Amino acid sequence: MDTRMGLHELAVGQRAIVETLHMTGGMRRRLLDIGLVEQTTVECVGKAPSGDPIAFSVRGAVIALRGEDCRRVEVRRL
Amino acid sequence: MGLTNRSVGTHAVDQGLCVQRTADYDKVIALAGNPNVGKSTVFNGLTGLHQHTGNWPGKTVSNALGRCRYEEEGYILVDIPGTYSLMAHSAEEEVARNFICFGEPDAIVVVCDATCLERNLNLVLQAVETGRRVIVCVNLLDEAKRKGIEIDLSLLSERLKLPVVGVVARRKKDLRQLLSTLHETLQTPPEEASPLPVYPIAVESALARLVPLLDRYRCGGLNSRFVALKLLEQDDTLTAEITRYLGRDWLQDDALQAALADALCDLKTAGITPDTFKDQLVATIVKTAEQLCRGVVTRRRSEYDTADRRIDRLLTGRRFGYPLMLTLLAVVFWLTISGANIPSQWLSTALFWVQDRLSDLFYLLGAPEWLHGAIVLGAYRVLAWVVSVMLPPMAIFFPLFTLLEDVGYLPRIAYNLDHVFLRCRACGKQALTMSMGFGCNAAGVVGARIIDSPRERLLAILTNNFVPCNGRFPTLIAVLTMFFIGTAGNALDSVLAALLLTILIVLGILITFGVTKLLSRTILKGVPSSFTLEMPPYRKPQIGRVIVRSLFDRTLFVLGRAAAVAAPAGLLIWILANVTVGQINLLQHCATFLDPFARLMGLDGVILIAFILGFPANEIVVPIMIMTYMAQGSLTQLENLGAMRELFVSNGWTWQTAVSMLLFTLLHWPCSTTLMTVKKETGSVKWTLLAFLLPTIIGILGCMIFTALFT
Repeated sequence: MDTRMGLHELAVGQRAIVETLHMTGGMRRRLLDIGLVEQTTVECVGKAPSGDPIAFSVRGAVIALRGEDCRRVEVRRL
Repeated sequence: MGLTNRSVGTHAVDQGLCVQRTADYDKVIALAGNPNVGKSTVFNGLTGLHQHTGNWPGKTVSNALGRCRYEEEGYILVDIPGTYSLMAHSAEEEVARNFICFGEPDAIVVVCDATCLERNLNLVLQAVETGRRVIVCVNLLDEAKRKGIEIDLSLLSERLKLPVVGVVARRKKDLRQLLSTLHETLQTPPEEASPLPVYPIAVESALARLVPLLDRYRCGGLNSRFVALKLLEQDDTLTAEITRYLGRDWLQDDALQAALADALCDLKTAGITPDTFKDQLVATIVKTAEQLCRGVVTRRRSEYDTADRRIDRLLTGRRFGYPLMLTLLAVVFWLTISGANIPSQWLSTALFWVQDRLSDLFYLLGAPEWLHGAIVLGAYRVLAWVVSVMLPPMAIFFPLFTLLEDVGYLPRIAYNLDHVFLRCRACGKQALTMSMGFGCNAAGVVGARIIDSPRERLLAILTNNFVPCNGRFPTLIAVLTMFFIGTAGNALDSVLAALLLTILIVLGILITFGVTKLLSRTILKGVPSSFTLEMPPYRKPQIGRVIVRSLFDRTLFVLGRAAAVAAPAGLLIWILANVTVGQINLLQHCATFLDPFARLMGLDGVILIAFILGFPANEIVVPIMIMTYMAQGSLTQLENLGAMRELFVSNGWTWQTAVSMLLFTLLHWPCSTTLMTVKKETGSVKWTLLAFLLPTIIGILGCMIFTALFT
């Protein structure tokens, strides 16, 4: 089974490993700053009332990202 | 940046940072750290100052200064904005980075959050790279303990070769420990250099080309390796800062430029482009932090944040997220309105009793009538009115608001509302700046620095005035209570008042959305930028401290501002109301002139002139109205809202007038302080003018449409 997917496809409670960040510039730097480098484990911990943004647990902190941005983060589901 | 007397009003305009050492031996200490790790609590604890603390990232957006003494040594502490890294991406981060690099601090205390130490170490490693002395302060140990996280501080210290102090910032004892460590560290030269992140081989050899050359310039205390990294990063803003700091264009040195070109060429051969270079740096730092934490941090439970997630499921859930948000807003208003009623009456009775005594004194001394009028009936009465009506609601609203802030609810509001802002092509953090606007629009405008994209920041700045600030709140409450609810003040009435106020605020919020969207599609066209928002853990609020602190700060602030603006304004208004030209006073002349236009808006000339004269501060709008009406004859004692209502009604007010008044209070030009702040933050007259025109035009049109429809 192919477990590669966009970060936005992760359901609440699922965990994944970051494979590639398909983005450049400001957003890429932001994600790197919060520790979302390749091979980092993330867990989807919740979604806003409208389903967007989505909250992830990354290295001990909870970070909210927009679905649009998550789309460009390729992960491997665990 | 929160709401204190130092962050609102004219103080909101950042004066820039100028560190003045009172003596040569004063040591300058920078307090750095990720957003929301309790830096401000550490700062307050050490300096005894009251930098506002709150549980949301981005609260401190400019540097704050404080002093403390330890063992005869003077320390100047600088609380710099929270930042994840020193690769500045936003205005507040640039403030932080520039201070660390060029503010010449004697040491940097990096405050870390024990509950996510690993990520916090990224900043520690970068701080060490700059070459400054670094002390690690691991805060929130109590919170970590509660979550079953254990930290081996001595192992961390051994690995980093840095002093590490674990603290619970609220405990005085812990902070003394931090000070003594700081003291000891600065007394002795560093014994062993801290290990630095080791970059991939290609990067290291590029660095090796530059470092020896840079060593010759002794880059003002900055580590040559750090400067070399920044050169290779081709971070133009930073290299420009370095050049300015060192005072000459040393980067143009031929040997250096040649070496830099060679190094960049080598990197390119190794397949590292300027884009991937930064990635390599960050990845190395993150991995280094990961390794450092191995064995230092132990989690006894894997499910360490179940409670937080459960609360989040409720407060940000699909079903209850929005309703709970509105309910909370309404409950805060209800508590404010019902709680403020009685103290307001007490204050008013007391202050007007003082007015009578002042009058007695003036008569006793045989003071001329005009002097008594100007001082007592002018300056003092306006002051008394402002204090008695403004103070109680604020003394209740602010502690309540601060509690929500302290618990960690504000970022959840931004999280809940981000989708709406996304559709307006703006940033969810605008919700945070709006929350600040409830306190003071000038503070909200400065707070917009937490938004990274300049376009989205402008949107937040231009629309901030659509949330009513503390100067307008009590006016709204007073008018609502007078005209739509019995003034008897039973429980049901206050519920109704709270609901009406909530509706009005929601209207303001909807207008914010509408205008934001309109601007995004016209003059501020653009696509929404990316968005990251950290959601801090919920914290148990320190209720006692919150109440005392926000009451004290607020009380002093409101009183100070009342005295500073209301008293002289009262004097001026009294003069305008009592200098007559052709049997009619000046104020009346202006009112008559404005009257036809004001009527179109459902107001009258007096109300409009009051808004115009209230430009320096919204607090004085209602006192001006009262004074102008009273100058027309009926000299009632205004001891309660009932009497005020009578005065208004006898001057032709109807419920339609009241609605127009409410609308125009919500929607009119920002006060002078807010406009000055907009000018300062945007650096542009054009945007300042727009910030003035937007709410003004919408307010005038809104009132006109309402009047045309309902009269």
